[in-house]
Amino acid sequence: MTELFYDVVVIGGGPAGMAAALAAREKGAKTLILERDVRLGGILNQCIHQGFGLHYFSQEMTGPEYAKRFSDAVAQTDIEVRLEAMALGLGEDRTVSVLSPSRGLEKIRAGAVVLAMGCRERTAGAIMLPGTRPAGIYTAGMAQKLCNVSGYLVGKEVVILGSGDIGLIMARRMTTEGAKVKLVLELMPYSSGLKRNIVQCLEDYDIPIKYSHTITRVVGSPRITGLYYAPVKDRKPILEQEQYVSCDALLLSVGLIPENDLLNGLDIEMSPVTGGATVDERRMTTIDGVFSCGNVLHVHDLVDNVSREAEIAGAAAADFAMGKLAERGKQYAVVAEGDVRYALPQRIHEGGVQKLFFRVGRVVKNCRLVVESGGKTLLSKKYMVLAPGEMGSVDIDASALEGDIKVRLEI
Amino acid sequence: MDRLFDCVVIGGGVIGTAVLDRLACYDLSALLLEKEDDVASFATRANSGIVHAGYDCEPNTLKAKFNVLGNPLMWRDAELLHVPCLKCGSIVVAREREQLDELVRKAEANGVEVEVLDRKRTLELEPNVADEVGFSLYAPSAGVISPYQLAIAYADRAALNGGEILLEAPVVGIARTSDGNFEVQTPKGTFKARIVINCAGAYGANVNDMAGAEHYETSYRRGDYFVLDNTERKNVNTVIFPLPTAAGKGILVAPTADGNVIYGPTANDTSLGDTATTLESLDELKRNVPLSYKRPAFNKCIRVYSGLRTIIGHDFVIGESEKVDNFFMAIGICSPGLTSAPAIAEFLTDGVAKRLGAARKQNVVAELEKPVRVKELDDVALNELIKKDSRFGRIVCRCEKVTEGEIVQAIHSPLPARTVDAVKRRTRAGMGRCQGGFCCTRVMEILSRELNIPLTEVKKGLGANIARYRIKEVNDD
Repeated sequence: MTELFYDVVVIGGGPAGMAAALAAREKGAKTLILERDVRLGGILNQCIHQGFGLHYFSQEMTGPEYAKRFSDAVAQTDIEVRLEAMALGLGEDRTVSVLSPSRGLEKIRAGAVVLAMGCRERTAGAIMLPGTRPAGIYTAGMAQKLCNVSGYLVGKEVVILGSGDIGLIMARRMTTEGAKVKLVLELMPYSSGLKRNIVQCLEDYDIPIKYSHTITRVVGSPRITGLYYAPVKDRKPILEQEQYVSCDALLLSVGLIPENDLLNGLDIEMSPVTGGATVDERRMTTIDGVFSCGNVLHVHDLVDNVSREAEIAGAAAADFAMGKLAERGKQYAVVAEGDVRYALPQRIHEGGVQKLFFRVGRVVKNCRLVVESGGKTLLSKKYMVLAPGEMGSVDIDASALEGDIKVRLEI
Repeated sequence: MDRLFDCVVIGGGVIGTAVLDRLACYDLSALLLEKEDDVASFATRANSGIVHAGYDCEPNTLKAKFNVLGNPLMWRDAELLHVPCLKCGSIVVAREREQLDELVRKAEANGVEVEVLDRKRTLELEPNVADEVGFSLYAPSAGVISPYQLAIAYADRAALNGGEILLEAPVVGIARTSDGNFEVQTPKGTFKARIVINCAGAYGANVNDMAGAEHYETSYRRGDYFVLDNTERKNVNTVIFPLPTAAGKGILVAPTADGNVIYGPTANDTSLGDTATTLESLDELKRNVPLSYKRPAFNKCIRVYSGLRTIIGHDFVIGESEKVDNFFMAIGICSPGLTSAPAIAEFLTDGVAKRLGAARKQNVVAELEKPVRVKELDDVALNELIKKDSRFGRIVCRCEKVTEGEIVQAIHSPLPARTVDAVKRRTRAGMGRCQGGFCCTRVMEILSRELNIPLTEVKKGLGANIARYRIKEVNDD
């Protein structure tokens, strides 16, 4: 078997992978992108709606347009792109085994590896959806791909479970295609998607959303004909208040899971909260020279943040591969407390101003985000409202740390 | 003129396909009629997939007889047919040794090798049994098999040996002509048969009624299951049963032959056709699994499913009707029906062949050609293969690492896969943790291309399509 060497191997050619590769190449690294699909762009290729790039390019564009900016930039460089190439294995020595129809199975040695595999959708099985298991149940992303890439509509009387962004986007998309979106059901008392999507995709189209509701059983075989749903209390459905709605399609938008299957069996620290690896501010995991960024690290709400995060990872990966990764100060843990569900990176080396991403676990109004190190307050920032669907970010001055960094809310 | 078959088999579950497979070794003509668009579409696709040792069957019953005979046949068939299986043994866990006494007695009566293990030896075998477990009954000949792949492999081998299979052909009537032959009516035509074998599973009693054979009252018991992510596989070594009850063998924890873990089944009395899981029974599983297994990981669930047991009295009904000559039955086949399948098939086939005076054929296919499973190939073999056919280098199902080559192979197998579910059962594409979220559309495209049908005609299974309408912008004209 051929054995190849690259300074930086980026696994995944979506927004994270492309930005990481460009940043690595910028630093002079010999860089390879492994993409399992037939083109670069990842999930952006099926996101034909507007709303991308406002932060990164100060311009609103569609997903494919945003992706094209990066794929065009990649094409301008000598970054190698291997399409239809699936990474099957990763060793702690940063050897990647990759399978592609054109080159068979190869082992590629990498000076540094950037994980940029994105995320997958939670399924009916993962949420233990009760009832029949008929045709007509789709993850929102699959329905989106069929609609926007292949040109098919999966149903005309639609119910959506979950209020993740893809589900909300698909509520609007299917409505504009002539389908009737009858109902959106959300288990939690709040949306897991962006506020703007609730307004622009549901409210603007008079699509009702019922919070604190879930499906109690799916009906119909071989095709879904309807479902029962009920309000929930303490996450348990109140069966006495079960109601029926007919439908010919059910879309699920019940969560995204970083797709870290490649790491199974590796000695790498994973976060049970984000589903991704734990990283330091350079996005290096607990395996030397293995970096992670984008939705495979933690699920983002905006692609603009993905691109920025990936640039950090890609640049650091190039430095690592070429032995230029600068010595850093002492490392401290970043600990999320109370209503802060997670903060990322999970480790910070002392020095400079650093960006912290965080998400909260429930809707919190009129609160203050407090970041402390030892007894020292690094930041105290007031928020009118923080919601789980929106990722927050703050810059903290990490030049003089006095202990582990604690991130919490004061209400 | 309607074709006259020596034998028409009704039902394409594991019993019907096993019967056709054995019949095809004889010099006779046989046709299997299945009402769905693939074999293994009901109980055979949704059960525990256990190859039972046979220690728990009431001695001197058909269940005991065919289970004990079927177990070694099953392991041999699995090898010849390349069906995923694992002879991992099973344990029945109990607090006290005495609780296992009755099973030990039955095992002796049935001639099944078992051994009572104390807690220490139980833990050596299965480190994650519940803390309350003091003893277990170990049966080394038990294990797991992929039940639907077994039925499909039986159908494939039968087809190679001249057995015929007609799908989407539900039997709607059975008449007897003056010459003594049967006329089996389906929407796809009427088929004449000298002998009819009823292997219609849940519909077995209905088929008996159509033929005027013995009338049986049937009851149905649904069983719900969880399928766990393959990362849980390392925590389970054997099939772990609780003590059996009147309702069945209880809620087990077991590896699957394909590398997952299942928890289940429940036992809920229900009616024909009900395979809907319920919140209540899923909750029951959550409460009961920890009683025998201390590491339940419900958060690693990738799928819930439900299967239907068909119960006629306390035993299988196997043999020739006393009311209708040349009408044979294998109905009421609940657990241990899967394990019993090859033995039931051999028993029935012997009877049928004698009746027809049919001799064994020379030169039948005994071993199926091993299907390519890229995941199992070593690097050198894989690269050789990809040089010949690059489609074996194109991963379609990321979770289970299934290539386009394997999917095309399934679509052109002796009994071709014609639906997304049929491809899934043969290749595991879509059976992983993303449940087809990524690969379903790719599988649909491949089916559309290979079968030369529009994407809207590609079915999930049981006749239901997935991509239903074109979007407004598209004009195919």
